[in-house]
Amino acid sequence: MADEIKFPVEATHIMMFARSVGDPNPIYYDEEYAKETEVGHIIAPPTFPRAVAQFDPDYHLRPKPGEKWFGSGKNPTGLTEPAKSTGGLHAEQHFEYHRQPKPGDVYTVTTKPGKTWEKESARAGKLTFTETIQEYRDQNGELVVTSRGVGVKTERPVEQK
Amino acid sequence: MALSASKLKVGDTHEELVVDDLTRTQLVMYAGTSGDYNPLHTDDVYTREVAGYPGVFAHGMLSMGLTGKMLTNYVGDGRLKKYGVRFTNQVWPGDSLTAKATVAEIREENGEKVVDLTVETVNQDGKTVITGTATARVDP
Repeated sequence: MADEIKFPVEATHIMMFARSVGDPNPIYYDEEYAKETEVGHIIAPPTFPRAVAQFDPDYHLRPKPGEKWFGSGKNPTGLTEPAKSTGGLHAEQHFEYHRQPKPGDVYTVTTKPGKTWEKESARAGKLTFTETIQEYRDQNGELVVTSRGVGVKTERPVEQK
Repeated sequence: MALSASKLKVGDTHEELVVDDLTRTQLVMYAGTSGDYNPLHTDDVYTREVAGYPGVFAHGMLSMGLTGKMLTNYVGDGRLKKYGVRFTNQVWPGDSLTAKATVAEIREENGEKVVDLTVETVNQDGKTVITGTATARVDP
């Protein structure tokens, strides 16, 4: 994650995001409908802030031209030595909404590391948890959303029961 | 439709089937909009042969997003103040998820009525995939 990311919120992105979480609510795409609601304008679905990944120039889970990608092409992985770890999984996610995100907002998203801790799991070996706190401030400097994510790296793939 | 504090009581529940037979295409859609292109969610070859899982599985954030639809349908648009979850089990293509909110407390915060909810999403086998909490503004 870059330390500071510019995240412009666009109506089309919100519409596509709502579709991708299976939510047909017109408040996410229909301006005329949204005008008649209590909020009075299009808003974004609650989990939309995480789409900030699209605007992070360094985001490690997006293939980049000219760089080897760890997913499959000719071979099951594009890397000659795939990482032994199965990579990260998402363990927790918490949002606090100071107001509703809307099209036209331009956020400056700052990221700071939180705590790190370890736990032993019967299903996946040693688990290493890392917390990340992100603050979304709009073009007027007002705090709109605070996000706290917890990622976990597992020692081995999570065993399926 | 907004909720009203005077009509709510602790223990009230709202439940929705938020996805029936989750498709791999839905996972691709979520990757595309969220920007999380981790091949664990879209690339079966990598996921089976390199990562060591039975196949692709859903982004945790997709399960949280699907669960969020139940929440906003219950509390009304623009009413959520907080929403947080823990991902307790993976979600797989073919899963059907039911999300449920339960009223834990009705209280006042900065002169507004709010409701605290506990949130749980289970799959078709009754296995919990998400536990969480949410807080929403409600009418008096």
